[in-house]
Amino acid sequence: MSSETAPTAKPVKTTGLHVGDAAPGVKKVDPILIADGVKRTFGGLTAVDVEHVEIPRNAITALIGPNGAGKTTFFNLLTGFDKPDTGTWSFEGKPLAHVPAYRVARMGLIRTFQLTKSLALLSVMDNMKLGAKGQTGENLFRGLIPAIWRKQDSEIETKALDLLGRFKLDAKKDDYAASLSGGQRKLLEMARALMSDPTLVMLDEPMAGVNPALTQSLLDHILNLKQEGMTVLFVEHDMHMVRHIADWVIVMAEGRVVAEGDPHTVMQDPAVIDAYLGAHHDADLGATDTEHVEALKELIDDEQ
Amino acid sequence: MDWGAIFGNAAVELISPTTAAYALAALGLAIHFGYTGLLNFGQAGFMLLGAYGYAIPALKLGWPVWACLLTSIVASVIFALILGIPTLRLRADYLAIVTIAAAEVLRLVFTTNEFAAVTGSANGLSEYQRGILEFNPFPQGRYGFGPWVFDNRVWFFLVIAWIVVALAAVFTWLIMRSPWGRVVKGIREDEDAVRALGKNVYSYKMQSLILGGLFGTFAGILFVLPRAVVPSYFQPSLTFFVYAILLLGGAATILGPIVGSIVFWVLLSFFSGFIARAVEQGWLPFMTQVQAGQIRFILVGVAIMLIVVFMPQGILGNKKELAFVK
Amino acid sequence: MAEDGSAATEEAEEFEFNIRGVVQNDGEPVEGVKISVEGGGFEADTETDAEGRWTIGVPDKEETYEVTLDEDTLPEGVVVAEGSSTREATFGQTKNVTVAFFLGEGERVTVSFFDQLVQRLVSGLNFGLLLALAAIGLSLIFGTTGLSNFAHAELITFGALMVLTFGVNLAWPLWLAILTALVLSAALGWSLDAVIWKPLRRKGVGLIQLMIVSIGLSLALRYTFQFFYGGSTSQLPGATLPSDIRFGAVALSWVDLVSMGVSIVVLLLVAFFLLRTRIGKATRAVSDNASLASASGIDVDRVIRIVWVLGALLAGLSGILWAYFRPGVSWDMGFQILLLVFAAVTLGGLGTAFGALVGSLIVGLFVEVSTLWLPSDMKYVGALVILILVLLFRPQGILGRRERIG
Repeated sequence: MSSETAPTAKPVKTTGLHVGDAAPGVKKVDPILIADGVKRTFGGLTAVDVEHVEIPRNAITALIGPNGAGKTTFFNLLTGFDKPDTGTWSFEGKPLAHVPAYRVARMGLIRTFQLTKSLALLSVMDNMKLGAKGQTGENLFRGLIPAIWRKQDSEIETKALDLLGRFKLDAKKDDYAASLSGGQRKLLEMARALMSDPTLVMLDEPMAGVNPALTQSLLDHILNLKQEGMTVLFVEHDMHMVRHIADWVIVMAEGRVVAEGDPHTVMQDPAVIDAYLGAHHDADLGATDTEHVEALKELIDDEQ
Repeated sequence: MDWGAIFGNAAVELISPTTAAYALAALGLAIHFGYTGLLNFGQAGFMLLGAYGYAIPALKLGWPVWACLLTSIVASVIFALILGIPTLRLRADYLAIVTIAAAEVLRLVFTTNEFAAVTGSANGLSEYQRGILEFNPFPQGRYGFGPWVFDNRVWFFLVIAWIVVALAAVFTWLIMRSPWGRVVKGIREDEDAVRALGKNVYSYKMQSLILGGLFGTFAGILFVLPRAVVPSYFQPSLTFFVYAILLLGGAATILGPIVGSIVFWVLLSFFSGFIARAVEQGWLPFMTQVQAGQIRFILVGVAIMLIVVFMPQGILGNKKELAFVK
Repeated sequence: MAEDGSAATEEAEEFEFNIRGVVQNDGEPVEGVKISVEGGGFEADTETDAEGRWTIGVPDKEETYEVTLDEDTLPEGVVVAEGSSTREATFGQTKNVTVAFFLGEGERVTVSFFDQLVQRLVSGLNFGLLLALAAIGLSLIFGTTGLSNFAHAELITFGALMVLTFGVNLAWPLWLAILTALVLSAALGWSLDAVIWKPLRRKGVGLIQLMIVSIGLSLALRYTFQFFYGGSTSQLPGATLPSDIRFGAVALSWVDLVSMGVSIVVLLLVAFFLLRTRIGKATRAVSDNASLASASGIDVDRVIRIVWVLGALLAGLSGILWAYFRPGVSWDMGFQILLLVFAAVTLGGLGTAFGALVGSLIVGLFVEVSTLWLPSDMKYVGALVILILVLLFRPQGILGRRERIG
């Protein structure tokens, strides 16, 4: 791919994604994921209450909102890592409600996690190989006979090397994932997610904890995903990044979708300004808070 | 001081069928805990099912060896399913408590007088080995070399035991270096990540539980063959001993459980023998012979604590691996 | 296939083999006592004659027969004093075999089901209360440090052993021995945290490793106890008092009453401590969410130390009461109920003190009441099965929070 060697050009934004006015729950021309009436409560607290939302295909959509807005909970619900109280949603027309997480992944919807889950005591290469789909060797009985799965394994290895090369991690392929830096682990998680040729990639705060030197590289990789025909949905606090690469923005607050639109106009929406309590609407909300304070805020939110 | 006897008895443990049985049980736990991260503290329960699953049909129904083995296997798999279905989505230390409780329920059921007709209750069962002894190729008598002198029954059981251990080790080695093993190791690290990659984590954990449980079941059979089947063998301290062996040898290795078992029993025999004779000689006037026997357990307990804190990777484990463990 | 019970003499003519005996009370023959024989599909019965003799003929000498003396046909105040009212008879080389029943004075009290139930409920309450003392400590330790402390069993045993040492072996007055035992228990808890748990926390040792350390510690301590105290069971002073205080159908000894009273008072004190005192509230905060509590300025290490001291003290007291309930002091008495304590804590909700109380009462009642249906050597099975079932359907327990479990 040319993008990793050439300087980053201004991203080509996709427009004309929506049908009608840009309001919360607006229909999309070509939605890949449609969610209806998804509700999740914890005790008395409503974490998620999304009436209707559609994610456009082959575009990069950002899901933003203040802490405690329910973004990660919504991610967890959509991907089967949590059970909603009510609600239905479908992916490529196939219903996903109550489908267990691993089956959701097999359908082509791969997610990453806020706190990176690189498998620490496995090598980078093993991490990558785990990402591949449909491996015959993963069956207990077939795994016993190397002759059955050897060929497929080396094909997977080749693909992994290619991806690792793109993410500049190929030199580390035999090292333990635990020996990588935080940012490298984020890259590994993203590379691993691509091993199964997903249709929709959901990234939960891909920039969190990444040092600025790697940020640009990550952004390029995400843009690449769109170029290769994938759809991206990501949660972020970094408004620069959102404005830079997102084609569409969905804003959540207190569990509901309060606004939708293209990145530049959505931030002027009074509902959004309200959601962020006015004072910080033109600043990076993520950048001023250290991770520790964020964690505490999260804890306090959980307590409520 | 009879050093000859002390060293001799310790040397016997190098190849005794008991050492092999514990090695196999520890290998089962290596699959559970070392490779998959399942904290199964009910291995004694699997061993009990092996022992009784074999002995009861052999003694009460006169079934042939293969049928008795099959009974043990079926009992083991059912136990693993009953154990696994509700608990595999629980946190590690919850699983530990549930598995200990399940193993204790089994032991109590086999000890109670209610079922004494079938189980022999606290007195247990004996003379069930007739079926398998028909295959004994070793001629009658006691023979051997050096300290390794046994009768033909023990030679037979010993050979069977170590062959089974070897087969189990090869099997484990093969599956752990396959993609199946990769998934299972991934689950040990972080099962949500593995789930997000499309693997049915629950199914893998169940397979691991069944597999390690089967190893424990065979270990139970190998353990009781030279003896009678008595429920008091299968108390929680049996599981704790197996864990000690596993941690000593190296939890996520193939040879670790085997080496651990050998080292454990040789050392334990050596120290027990030494202390017993020291008491005899009057070197430790404050101790009786009975107390000398209890020191073994104290040593094992302290050893478990020290190994887990200072040498968690065991003898054969990878020190680098453990450097990252939280 | 039962033969109907006709006169003994007729039977004797029909069959070759006889089971016979003489029933006497204190040398005097007893007439009219019903004896029945059963075995190999054959049944018969007869009555003792004026000399207290009886004979029953049986068809097959290879069978083992059960011979039962019907105690209802004994005179008032006479019971089968030694052994069971049912004995086995097998034939040797001859055609006759004798079975003896030993009578003596006694009362046969038939207890109605309801009365038995009430007795068991009270017993269960007593047991549940002493379990609660141990369970609260265990739950608080888990809540504040995340450790499933297997060595809690030995903290329980330690209290009883100390009373044995000071109250019996050294013959100090009982109240002084108990006080000393409690102080030493608290000291043990303090030492364990200072010498083992705090340094390991400092070192950053993982929770699973800590749990395994507690298992090793439990093993070592238990056999150290056996090393010093031997394998047999001893009694604390007052343990064998008769159950002569009656509340309707329920029979208690005053030790039972004191035990329940002490448990309730101590539990109320602990409740007051947790709800009203500053340290108590800090303990609940740390138990609920340690990182948040720390961020609010609470000295978590100090709270944990206090929890260990309090937990060990309560466990020691629980052990003393357990010694009176069993009754008996032995090296592994704590280990015998450890799983029940875990069951109680899990049932009530790991990490909550009040949950531990609720769970303990349920476990205690269940264990005791289940003996109405289960044989007594299986009574712990019921509680263990509850433990497993609770984890199946409601793993956070009755009062626990969902997030803590998986």
